[in-house]
Amino acid sequence: MQHSSPRASLLDDFIELLSSMRFAISLLTVLAIASVIGTVILQNQPVNAYLNQFGQFWDPVFSRLGLYSVYNSGWFVAILAFLVLSTTLCVIRQFTPMLHEIRGFRERAREVSLRNFAHRASLEPALPPEKRSDAVTAYLANAGFRFRVNEREGSTLIAAKRGSLGRIGYFLAHGAIVLICLGGLLDSNVPLSLQIRFLGKTATSGNQTIASIPASARLAPSTWSFRGNVYIPQGAIAGNAVINANDGVLLQPLPFTVELKNFHIEHYETGMPKRYASDVVITDNKSKEVFERTLEVNKPFEHRGVTLYQAGFDDGGSVLSLTVHSMAANAHPPSSFSAEVGARIPLGPTGHALEITEFRSVNVEDLSPPDNKAKRTEAAFSGSGTRAASGENLRNLGPSYTYILRDPAGQAREFSNYMQPIQINGLWYFISGMRTSRTEDVSWLRIPLDEDKSAAAWFAIHQSFFDPALQAELIERYVSHGSGKDEKNSLKIVAGHVLSLFTKGGFDAISDFTVTNVPEDKRDEADIVFLQAIQGLVWEAWMIAREAAGKSALELNDIHAPFVRDTIHALTVSLHYGAPFYLQLTSFEQRHATILQATRSPGKPLVYLGSLLLVLGVFAMLYIRERRLFVLLKKDEALVAMSSGRKTIDLDEAFARHRDGLAAALGASTLP
Amino acid sequence: MELASSSPPPCPTPSAAPANWLARRNVGDWLFAIAVVFGLGIAYSRYGQLMDGYEIAILFLHAPLLIILGWAWQPFRLFAAAVAILALTSVWLYQGELARAEQTFFLKYLISSQTAITWMSVFFFTATGAYWLGLASRFDFAGRSGSAMTWLAAVMGTTGLFVRWYESYLVPDIGHIPVSNLYEVFVFFSLVTALLYLFYEGRYNTRKLGAFVLPVISAAVIFLLWYSFTRDAYQIQPLVPALQSYWMKIHVPANFIGYGGFAIAATVGIAYLLVSRGMLTDRLPEPRVLEDVMYRAIAIGFAFFTIATILGALWAAEAWGSYWQWDPKETWALIVWINYAAWLHMRLTRSLRGAILAWWAFVGLFVVTFAFVGVNMFLSGLHSYGSL
Repeated sequence: MQHSSPRASLLDDFIELLSSMRFAISLLTVLAIASVIGTVILQNQPVNAYLNQFGQFWDPVFSRLGLYSVYNSGWFVAILAFLVLSTTLCVIRQFTPMLHEIRGFRERAREVSLRNFAHRASLEPALPPEKRSDAVTAYLANAGFRFRVNEREGSTLIAAKRGSLGRIGYFLAHGAIVLICLGGLLDSNVPLSLQIRFLGKTATSGNQTIASIPASARLAPSTWSFRGNVYIPQGAIAGNAVINANDGVLLQPLPFTVELKNFHIEHYETGMPKRYASDVVITDNKSKEVFERTLEVNKPFEHRGVTLYQAGFDDGGSVLSLTVHSMAANAHPPSSFSAEVGARIPLGPTGHALEITEFRSVNVEDLSPPDNKAKRTEAAFSGSGTRAASGENLRNLGPSYTYILRDPAGQAREFSNYMQPIQINGLWYFISGMRTSRTEDVSWLRIPLDEDKSAAAWFAIHQSFFDPALQAELIERYVSHGSGKDEKNSLKIVAGHVLSLFTKGGFDAISDFTVTNVPEDKRDEADIVFLQAIQGLVWEAWMIAREAAGKSALELNDIHAPFVRDTIHALTVSLHYGAPFYLQLTSFEQRHATILQATRSPGKPLVYLGSLLLVLGVFAMLYIRERRLFVLLKKDEALVAMSSGRKTIDLDEAFARHRDGLAAALGASTLP
Repeated sequence: MELASSSPPPCPTPSAAPANWLARRNVGDWLFAIAVVFGLGIAYSRYGQLMDGYEIAILFLHAPLLIILGWAWQPFRLFAAAVAILALTSVWLYQGELARAEQTFFLKYLISSQTAITWMSVFFFTATGAYWLGLASRFDFAGRSGSAMTWLAAVMGTTGLFVRWYESYLVPDIGHIPVSNLYEVFVFFSLVTALLYLFYEGRYNTRKLGAFVLPVISAAVIFLLWYSFTRDAYQIQPLVPALQSYWMKIHVPANFIGYGGFAIAATVGIAYLLVSRGMLTDRLPEPRVLEDVMYRAIAIGFAFFTIATILGALWAAEAWGSYWQWDPKETWALIVWINYAAWLHMRLTRSLRGAILAWWAFVGLFVVTFAFVGVNMFLSGLHSYGSL
């Protein structure tokens, strides 16, 4: 090449660098490393999560580098752009020489260069000279070669080739990369960034109704590519997709509205969702055309360039009927109310508030006993794959719901209650789980039920224990079983003492007391006395409750021991339960909401076309073996030479085969 | 014309016109073709009502694939026949009752899915030992036993998967192809790697590489056994809605042909490094041959991995609403793809040769392993079907 000026030469050098393979490979390497960062650091999390994870110093640095949203960061997109540029330049530069290579036969190859081929052989043809050319071309045609015959002075060169399409594979594969990257760029969040930067759009808080979202957080209806969620409760209509951006949300108006008529969900025996589907009515904004469709996972629907996918589901505001069982010192009788999932309910003057966060209609648990090793080995290594070593005892525990109780200071506790009584080891309980934070273990309150599967007895016992007005009556009843004044007196002292300790701090308070006030050698004895007192008090409280409920008194025996034991345990747990009531779910009306995903991705056809070309290109490049075969016919000699763009062992075999084939065709023997 | 004669898999076909190739088919070839078409026809008539249009298309596309494979690679026919006979016998013995897995002798000790897979494991271990013995002793019989054991392992494993497929349909609601969780794909990976290896073993006429390839398969099997014992992973599980799609039948197998190719390339890379340092030169093929095997393994792996990634993108577009969303599994697939794309560029333009490429192929296996298992262990994302 000739350069007219140093500047032009510099430009040429630059283009040379950009289009070089080394540069492209370096870009690919950087791309791979950058991608790794994106998989190691969780992407697009809330700002605070990162601050907690990386600390004051690194957080702003990482944030600046765009590591929290690697794949959308400027530098990442820039690498992709360079890759496109580099590949494009490479394809352009290669175009003419490759075309030449594909079309040309090199029938002007010189004898000297043929004699330098690694694969060459000299044959001594027995066939008369005038028949040689035809014999060779007949052989080549039969072997699938195309050829040109070049008669020249004193010799004839037959230049043949096959598999030139492999070279086209190069254009297909590399052009495909360009197409895929361009398509991907078209579908990236560039339009979103542009609207934020130039049209002054800003994300707003997600905790508000669609109607109250300001215009500044509403994107143009014509946004060429986007991806957002559409949340629709049963019976409701939605016309916007919600896009999460910059720790807030943006609204993307859709060209149609979607009404959720019905939501279906089916479960497997294990409680895992098997199928969920939304019956929707889609109404076009302009033409008012109406489509009734059922959207399902793997079965999307497209209209006006926007595709709707079934992405998930949520509660759409199920209505729960709840009964309040007070566990306060001055308990009031049970009362009922109903509330929607998602509602926030202020609780009277104390400033507490209750939020119902979740409702689940199905809870399948594996209640199998711990498995045994021999059975497990057998199941793992023989028989059918359906045999379970555990998990045979799946049981649906029925509906449950979760609520958060927040005190005025904002401290929250989360409670999950099952609606139906649950049987454990033959006994029935109402079960409620409580935890003070997501990271903590759940502590379980198991309220024992009596023979009618009613929890009323336990609540009455609880009241007898904790209501000062009722404590006196309880102690009175307990003492009445004593014989003689002295015993009654001492029983009274012990019972009063134990009750006041127990109701303050459970067994911990009692053992603290014994440790400080009872000599070491008497402690075991004292513990027994105290435990018996508690058991006796529980029994009496139970009998009082039964009388009040009009139930018969029970005979004191071992059959009732588990109830007494569980009652004491539940009373202890209730001290740390953190809510002055137990909310029992009595009935519910479930309402689903569907979560759809709405996307517009105009780059998709480009990407798909690119993908097709990529596959064709890769297979062509790797599996179409280009071969060039030259036969130079001279007076006493036939020189056979072969080359390939790619050096693989099968070239040796192919050469040997064609050499022998040509030798046979020419009736020749191989010269050394 | 040229396209047709060079279709994958790379076979030692004479470079003649396809017409020629077709004319040279013998009676055995045609019998095999008829058996394949007949078998697929039966499968369709018996189970067609469970398939959608795409699945029927996939079923019948297997006809040309299997026929070409059987024509280009003769031992494959015997393998296919053995698998067909064993799997059908198992189905016949089941008579639609799962409980018979414990009652019938042949099911219990031979060809129920778990038992067959256990046999596969045993044969892979013994094959590894035999190949090692063959390498150490230069005793030809040991090498031949290694091949035989590997074939047996492949037959038992493939039978096991087919039977597992059938068993899954005996449980209400659950039936699906057994490539849906980590346990199943580990079995599949072992089989694909073994079959690819056996192909190269025949193609290059050397049994010595088994001593390098089989340990990787054995490692996969050890993981499989550990996983099924400690996590009850062998249990056939129902599919989440996103996986209920015909895409699974093509995306997952294509992926594991890719992984299998890369695994073979890595182990052959080790052999190459040994030979190029003058070790075992009298027992292993010359470096030129090893280099060629490495290239071919990566080529086929890369071609299928490309297809698998694209199929994954198409499926993701349908199930998750976006063909690419930088999910950790997707991203790592891209990293694997870039790695081998770079390798092929270096190899094909002859910028790099020899030891560096061998090292690169070897290290590539770690990248692949991370993409295959590591992502599930350490990173969370949408592909959490096979979490550890």
